[in-house]
This record gives sequence, C-alpha cells and structure tokens, in this order.
Amino acid sequence: MRARVLVRPKAGILDPQGQAVERALPALGFQGVRNVHVGRLIELDVEDPERLPEMCDRLLTNPLIEDWEIEEGGIEEPR
Amino acid sequence: MKFGIVRFPGSCDDIDALQAATRVGEAVLLWHADHDLQGVDAVIVPGGFSYGDYLRAGAIARFAPVMAQVEEFAREGGLVLGICNGFQVLCEAHLLPGALLPNVSLKFVFRQVELEIVRADTPFTRARIPGAPTPRLSIPVKHTTGRFYAPEDELDRLEAAGQVLLRYAPGHNPNGSLRDIAGVCNELGNVFGLMPHPEHAVDPLSGSTDGLTIFDSMRAHVEQHVLA
Repeated sequence: MRARVLVRPKAGILDPQGQAVERALPALGFQGVRNVHVGRLIELDVEDPERLPEMCDRLLTNPLIEDWEIEEGGIEEPR
Repeated sequence: MKFGIVRFPGSCDDIDALQAATRVGEAVLLWHADHDLQGVDAVIVPGGFSYGDYLRAGAIARFAPVMAQVEEFAREGGLVLGICNGFQVLCEAHLLPGALLPNVSLKFVFRQVELEIVRADTPFTRARIPGAPTPRLSIPVKHTTGRFYAPEDELDRLEAAGQVLLRYAPGHNPNGSLRDIAGVCNELGNVFGLMPHPEHAVDPLSGSTDGLTIFDSMRAHVEQHVLA
C-alpha cells in the first residue's frame, strides 16, 4: 500500500515556523490568512499497513510534540 | 573514575567532551555500533548531529546499538550526561522527560549564557565553584533546536519533584525554553541533559571554566558512591 503520513505540531505548542509564514504572506499581498502551521509529509510503500501506527509512534513522529494522521494513496514511485 | 563518551556518525563535540572529562578522570570513546560500554563509570552523550539529525534531532541515534547498553546502564543507576544533541537523544529515548523544539527565533544561537543552579545537591551539580557569590555558571550554548518543551502539568511535576537542575538566568534564555529550563534530570536523578556545553568551558583560554563543575560533580559522586 502507498501511504502518506501527515505530521502536525500538536495544538497549543508554539509554532514559530507557522507564525513566520503567516507574517510573510501579507507582505506579498495575501491578506486574510490565519492559523498557519507547518508540518511534515512522509510518503511510503508499506507491505503491512496495520503496522503504520506503531511506526508513527516509535520513529516517524514524537507523540509528545506532534500529531499524526495516515492517508492511503499518494504519488506513486517511481517518479 | 572512567568516563565513556559516545561517538555517533555526526557527533562533533565528542573530542571536547573527552578532553573535558580527561581533566577530572580517565575517558574513552564508545562507538555507536558497539554493544560494550568498556566498564566505564559514567556515560556522556555529546553534542553534534547524530546520524545527521534526519527526521528529528536524536530520533535515529536513540536506536543505535550502544544506546541499548546506555539505557541498561541508566536503569541500573549509572550516571548519564547528555549535552545538546545528547540531551535530544536522551529525550527521544525516554530516558529524560520532555522534548527539544526549534528555537523560537528559528535561528542558530551561539553565545555565552548565565545559568542558575536550581539544585546543588545532585550528582551533576554538587561541586560548587569555591567562592562564587551566587550559584551561577557561565557556559556557552550553540544550537538551533534547544527550546525545552513539556506539557504544563508535566512541567509542574518536574519542578515539584526537583528535576529541574539548571535554568537560564533572567534575560539569558536563548531559545524560548519553557520556564527558562536549561537542564533536567530523570526521576532517579542519575540521567541529566542540558543544552549548554560545559565541555566548551573548561579552560581559562576560552573565558570560563565553569563547565568543570558538571564533570567534577560526576567524578565526586562516582568516587563517593560507586568506587568507594
């Protein structure tokens, strides 16, 4: 299965990267943008998708500071 | 008294840590792929960019073969010191509470900071500087990912349990660490991590020798409790 793992900074934790992007957009004329957060996208082919949550908890994310979400699909290899 | 300094691919402060430890005792390097701590009395996980810090700082290094030995050593009460990247590795390994996030400034910081010793009765802070008017240390920081974070209730618990050993002095917090926390220990008090670099402050040539307090404390503790 092709899967993508979306990794987000946990709600409530100060996200200076999101804040920097939020401040930069109006400078380019993009008004009305709020609540910007920057996370990570991990795409992978996995033989046993049932093991994905364990992969997320043990290596792909740090559950203390990040939330994760698994989606099926994604851009197929090879690109 | 023999210190062991872990060397990962990407470690860069391992030699400074080795030389700093050599000022108070013997010291050897421990290779990341080995399963043997060579009978050392204390372990130092040094600064750098272990395994490139890919994914997250310390996330991959915590699974290095030598870390299984370090975890066992820590469980048995052995002293483990994590400096900067070593602190990040120990947090990822759940040997220490909390996590290190990117600096609020999003910039690399490199400067001398003043630290307040919150507790001077621990294996890492017991060697006070003779004659020092206040229990402070002047030690450099150099990092991009040093903002200590733990949930509010966990911070309350850490403070109540006396696990916060070092704080940035007022006006010296370089990274936005919550409650100005610069260094924390585990519940047992035998594993300690800090973002500042005591190994870079051991020679008068570099402006401060306050970093020796940490290494000398560890030596004193081991000589009193382990080797005695």
